[in-house]
Amino acid sequence: MTNQHFIYLLRLADSPLILAQRLSEWCGHGPVLEEDLALSNMALDLIGQARLLLTHAGRVESRDRDEDQLAFLRMENKYRNLTIVELPNGDFGQTVTRNFLFSAYQVELWKRLQISTDTELAAIAAKSIKESTYHLSHSAEWVIRLGDGTEESHLRMQTALDQLWPYSAELFTSDDTDRSMAESGIGVDPSAFKTDWQSTVSQVIGEATLTLPADTPFVSSGKAGQHSEHMGHLLGELQYLQRTFPGAQW
Amino acid sequence: MYTQSMDLPQKKEQSASAPGAPENPEYQREFDARLAQGEFIEAKDWMPEAYRKTLIRQISQHAHSEIVGMLPEGNWITRAPTLKRKAILLAKVQDEGGHGLYLYSAAETLGISRDEMFEALHTGKAKYSSIFNYPTLTWADIGVIGWLVDGAAIMNQIPLCRCSYGPYARAMVRICKEESFHQRQGFDLLMTMMQGTNEQRVMVQDAVNRWWWPSLMMFGPHDSESTHSERGKQWGIKRISNDDLRQKFVDATAPQADILGVTLPDPNLKWNEKQERYEFGNIDWDEFWNVVNGNGHCNRERLAARVSAWQDGEWVREAALAHANKRAAKHPDGRVGEQAAPSMETAPMQTAPTAGST
Ligand SMILES: [Fe+2]
Ligand SMILES: [Fe+2]
Repeated sequence: MTNQHFIYLLRLADSPLILAQRLSEWCGHGPVLEEDLALSNMALDLIGQARLLLTHAGRVESRDRDEDQLAFLRMENKYRNLTIVELPNGDFGQTVTRNFLFSAYQVELWKRLQISTDTELAAIAAKSIKESTYHLSHSAEWVIRLGDGTEESHLRMQTALDQLWPYSAELFTSDDTDRSMAESGIGVDPSAFKTDWQSTVSQVIGEATLTLPADTPFVSSGKAGQHSEHMGHLLGELQYLQRTFPGAQW
Repeated sequence: MYTQSMDLPQKKEQSASAPGAPENPEYQREFDARLAQGEFIEAKDWMPEAYRKTLIRQISQHAHSEIVGMLPEGNWITRAPTLKRKAILLAKVQDEGGHGLYLYSAAETLGISRDEMFEALHTGKAKYSSIFNYPTLTWADIGVIGWLVDGAAIMNQIPLCRCSYGPYARAMVRICKEESFHQRQGFDLLMTMMQGTNEQRVMVQDAVNRWWWPSLMMFGPHDSESTHSERGKQWGIKRISNDDLRQKFVDATAPQADILGVTLPDPNLKWNEKQERYEFGNIDWDEFWNVVNGNGHCNRERLAARVSAWQDGEWVREAALAHANKRAAKHPDGRVGEQAAPSMETAPMQTAPTAGST
């Protein structure tokens, strides 16, 4: 039970952690200064969420691991993020499309976790839902603007959606951990809010004049610790200093 | 962050009176009287053309320095050693982007568009502070930039909080507050590393060795080499001379180096009891001019990064504009729905600050 609780919290923590890592790559390189700042803001929110969740996970585990030991010193297959967040940023259209799909998911998730029997998690969810709601409205606006912008932007956005869509299946897979957390009232089984997510997504995609791609049999497996080839490179950067100077204080 | 050489590259142009400046003795008298009384000049007020041009150049180059300055530090965000340090660095670099925004807006009040300013940056017509053409090679560089580079920026910028142009002065007040925060964070980062392992201390000393002299160069050439017109003083754009600012910086910084336990790389640095100031060695002006003129370590990369961000973003800006036009056509009376696109003149998005920023 404790172990499943711990794993569940790592899953919740790792997706914001890894997406923050990706979004911070935009810093200084955005298409307009305002968006540069907006993406950094989101990355900061996500780092904040990850820190709270990792600290909490460390306490639940009770092996004296703090947020940094958990964030920087795990083996790749111990990271539990959804695969979609570790994919390279691509162009600005791909970045906002991923932000949109992910934040729509996070909003549904936090909504339900606000009543978790894990009161610390419930408090984190209550704080995070405000941030994710903003991330959702910001990214949805961009999906609409770029989907229904120029011919080129429309094409780029449809391509982005087609490429990312297969990774959305993982968002709603559930395993023993999810089910046992849902039963205990700590967590939620993500398959329970797939329809709500779909209705948000299809409404925005429609307004953006984009076409919802067909589902594929592919299901990525990051939350089970099996990642894409991109993850190792991402961790190479993330972990660089902690791995090079073991035990150093920063 | 900021700047040294704002008044350098176009020295000649600056000292020549602006061609075609509308002369109006009566307005001029009123303008001079307001300056003499220490009143602010505001965007709508009459101002001599030379004043407008000088300010546009200085403010836009200052803005460019802020956004180019995001790049060397941005180089370490994905490699920050702890989550706390990552958040601090990301927020700091974001602050610098915010400084760029305030300053571009202040320059826009003088009748130039942000696109025109970017064009000048991207074609190399406008300069930015050459400190950002040095590479960030280790994590200690992040601390040293905060401590020395933001520290030097504060020295340079505090007098500008009282400059005669209202929008610039007000932007500087806001910016200076954040810069001093950055400086303290940089010092704290270094302090932590100095209390760590031997390897960490070596890293800090190495970074100090590399950044000390370039930081002193941020104050620009010696007073004897730089012609500061009386006008600059009168306009409050240059209240304190380069050498005086540099001296103040050395006097403030040398004791901090002692507290940190690092050695500033200058064998001639010593306290002069009688004059109550530090003496220090000669700056390598050949290096300074090389970097100013495009031949530093990172000049090419920094400019290329800005240009490609701009070019890669072109389809985004075009699409945002096209979308806004579609919306406007759908709602000709100006009423738009709940999820309406923000106004699209020069910038496609308003910033919507959330919890993250400092
Ligand atoms: Fe700044
Ligand atoms: Fe700064």
